[in-house]
Amino acid sequence: MPPKLRVVGVRKSYGGVVALAETSLDLREGEFLTLLGPSGSGKTTLLMTVAGLIAPNAGEIWIDGRDASGQPPWERDIGMVFQNYALFPHYTVFENIAFPLRMRRHAAANVAQEVERILDIVRLGHVAGRLPSQLSGGQQQRVALARALVYRPSIVLMDEPLGALDKKLRDQLQIEIKQLHEALKATILYVTHDQQEALTMSDRICLMQNGRIEQIGTPQDLYFRPQSVFAADFLGESNILPGRIVSHTDGYATVVLDGESDLRLVVRSDQAVGPASLMVRPECLVFLDDQRPGAFEGRIASIVFIGGTTKYLITLSGGATISLNETTRRDMARHRGERVRFGFAPEDGVILRAT
Amino acid sequence: MRDRGGGSGWLARARGATWIWFLAPVVLYLVLLMVLPVGRLLLLAITTRDGTLTIDNFARAFQVPVYLKVFWITLKLAAMTTVLSLIFSYPVAYLASIARASTRVWIVFLILLPFWTSFLVRTFAWLVLLGKNGTINSLLRALGIIDAPANLMFNFTAVLVVMCHAMMSLCVLTMLSVMENIDRNLQRAATTLGAPPGSAFWQVYFPLSLPGVSASALLVFISALGFFITPAFIGGRQETVITQVIIEQVLELLNWPFAAALSIMLLAISLVIFYVFDRLVGISALSGGAGQTGLAESAQRALPRRGEYGRKVLALIGRISDVFVAPLQRRAHHRGGETRRFGVLSVVCAAVLAFLVLPPFVMVPLSFTETSFIDWPPRGFSMRWYVTFFSSPEWMAATYRSFVIGLFSALLAMVIGVPAAFVLARRQFAGKVGLISLILSPLIIPRIIIALALFYLFARLNIAGTILSLVLGHAVISVPFVVVTVMATLKNFDQRLEHAAWSLGARPWRTFLHVTFPIIRSGLLAAFLFAFITSFDELTIALFVTGGVTSTLPKQMWDAAILQITPTLAAASTFLLVVVMVAIGATEWLRRRTAA
Repeated sequence: MPPKLRVVGVRKSYGGVVALAETSLDLREGEFLTLLGPSGSGKTTLLMTVAGLIAPNAGEIWIDGRDASGQPPWERDIGMVFQNYALFPHYTVFENIAFPLRMRRHAAANVAQEVERILDIVRLGHVAGRLPSQLSGGQQQRVALARALVYRPSIVLMDEPLGALDKKLRDQLQIEIKQLHEALKATILYVTHDQQEALTMSDRICLMQNGRIEQIGTPQDLYFRPQSVFAADFLGESNILPGRIVSHTDGYATVVLDGESDLRLVVRSDQAVGPASLMVRPECLVFLDDQRPGAFEGRIASIVFIGGTTKYLITLSGGATISLNETTRRDMARHRGERVRFGFAPEDGVILRAT
Repeated sequence: MRDRGGGSGWLARARGATWIWFLAPVVLYLVLLMVLPVGRLLLLAITTRDGTLTIDNFARAFQVPVYLKVFWITLKLAAMTTVLSLIFSYPVAYLASIARASTRVWIVFLILLPFWTSFLVRTFAWLVLLGKNGTINSLLRALGIIDAPANLMFNFTAVLVVMCHAMMSLCVLTMLSVMENIDRNLQRAATTLGAPPGSAFWQVYFPLSLPGVSASALLVFISALGFFITPAFIGGRQETVITQVIIEQVLELLNWPFAAALSIMLLAISLVIFYVFDRLVGISALSGGAGQTGLAESAQRALPRRGEYGRKVLALIGRISDVFVAPLQRRAHHRGGETRRFGVLSVVCAAVLAFLVLPPFVMVPLSFTETSFIDWPPRGFSMRWYVTFFSSPEWMAATYRSFVIGLFSALLAMVIGVPAAFVLARRQFAGKVGLISLILSPLIIPRIIIALALFYLFARLNIAGTILSLVLGHAVISVPFVVVTVMATLKNFDQRLEHAAWSLGARPWRTFLHVTFPIIRSGLLAAFLFAFITSFDELTIALFVTGGVTSTLPKQMWDAAILQITPTLAAASTFLLVVVMVAIGATEWLRRRTAA
């Protein structure tokens, strides 16, 4: 089966400024792929070229096996949810959702039937006759979703659709979008700068920076196997410690950190000997009570209670600070200033390309 | 503790009646200098000399065919001016609303230029363009298209063209104030949902721009209804409008009661049209009439809920236009560029802008002619007409008087208008719509009626012709501009800044001085300039109230032009053009400096 969307060597620059370096990407049928990155990373530019709202300087866009590169947006068979929803203020909810069907010359009876079906799915049947301005933010969002999904377009594009909502509503709608995605078997290309959102919703995440793809993979891939300092830093919390690989045996590397020459850390990695950074997630670090070799030693600088977890900031003798997360227990008895030993399993450390 | 009940004490007090005093001056002023004098005019029309009621004056207007014909011509001219202005202004406003910000700034500048240029100067320019030995005739003869000069003036078409020129800048600015609040993403959203550009425009953008269209239609129609400068100079006897008849009745025949009756009829027509507009769209759409922003909500609220029929008509227009537009757009898409997407539209807009901007500048070369009459092309180069203008006691006295009157009437309008604008922008209260109607009414009531009413009042107070009378009169018509501009400025002002200042210990007056005023300063300056130019360019009131040694610059120009268009007039016009360009440039410069 051909991919639903193929982006081949697409590139866009404005004057001398490169908004999107040459980029290629495939989307399987039914896949939920998120373009994740900070502002200016090129994710919205990429989305807009797929929509046909920005003409790229080079490259091809294939939608559902057709070359759509020369097609204007209205012929591309896409659905798009805009950041501020772009609901037509002079149309009722019903008319907004009917709009794409009417543009496709569906018969009136069919239009009514399809709109009612999707309104049921997003649970907005009772507001069909209202104007967008009479709806709450969450309801407007659901109308925008319904409008982009009602005609079952080949792909649905979403440009930070939850950006304007408060956290609680956002969490709820994340789940709703995910359910819609599964129920309608839609193929979705989603843009966000919120890593939590990307991790929650995506089948795959495409991490972008400076107009190019930094890394692409499943959420678990990106979280546990980041390939760059940027990827490790952008997703989740991380301790990134510069140092060098000094030796190498059977797929395990021995790392010495800058400023901690006594400490020999063993990490699962195939990287060659040379400068490298070590990345460990705070929740992968555990306190150690025995005198095992290869453990960090340091002093607790502060303890932050965050509900379910407790975060310890620990200063090493070389001056670096490492954060360690531990599941909160009622009887925890560590205190500030205490000397502690801690470490991680070789599989939990990640060696990053030197930057 | 001075404030009993702590923090809520002063809030409660502020919620009390003090703000009434902010509204009192403007209400009092307009009642004394507009409502009552216009009422007096009505009384004049329906009473005889000895005080008994009569309808003779109205009967005469209906019985004598010539007056009905004049009314008919006036209405026809106003209606056609409105329709043509709307058709040609729409593309310009549309382009300005979707163009890049830098392009929009340029278009707005080009629109403001004719907007601020005196109606008289613009009319004189057309006299030169259309005259027997004028620019167009000379050009056509030079090209060998015609042998003898064509008669371009003194017909209905000529009046219509020049009227459109006079009204279109107002039309564009009013539409733009609504259009720039339409979310640009809506059209893009429509295209991603499968709507070709034609459908996206007609079904999404166009309906949303309708409040702007109807507000423009209203303002243009009512302004055109009372407009007399163009018919007086460009039109023949056949194109006499009602205002000219009223002026004639007062100034030449001294028949006040009949002039009053005609005025009341004109007023009635205006009010009926205004009422219809209010039913359809709502009055609040008007408060953006000066090309200011902040109309989004009122436009939203006032959106006409079209029925199924309207939707189908627009859908059909959309599909028809898709047939023509879509192939062009697809070609543009293949070329991979967005730059040429507005090709046809840009050409139309450039033509309209050229029509609006260029004519007044025909006066510039003429002012340097060596001959003592106006002829095209001008001959030689000399400064003698500037010498004549600047050394003539009458011209200089009139110029000086116009500056002084402009300055003081603008100050007066600010003093009574700004406090009212604060209350109107920030408070909801019963009767607010009525109050806005009162403040905007000098824009709605044909200028001639206010002029007549004021003339009658000033004559009885024995101050007609004094600088004071003109300051008072011009403030009446400047106040709505001040209130509208300041309200628009305040809509963009974040009131939380004031709350922050209070929380930091600043009292209301110091808050205004150190926080509010510096931020809205450029808006206030714009309001002041608006009022100043309104007065500086005002002719109708001056026509009645002044005479001989007490002329203002427009009145002096009118009197001179009635006799003949001379090179001195061209020099005076050029002088006015320069003043206007400097004023717009200064405002723009100030705006950028505050923005930076």
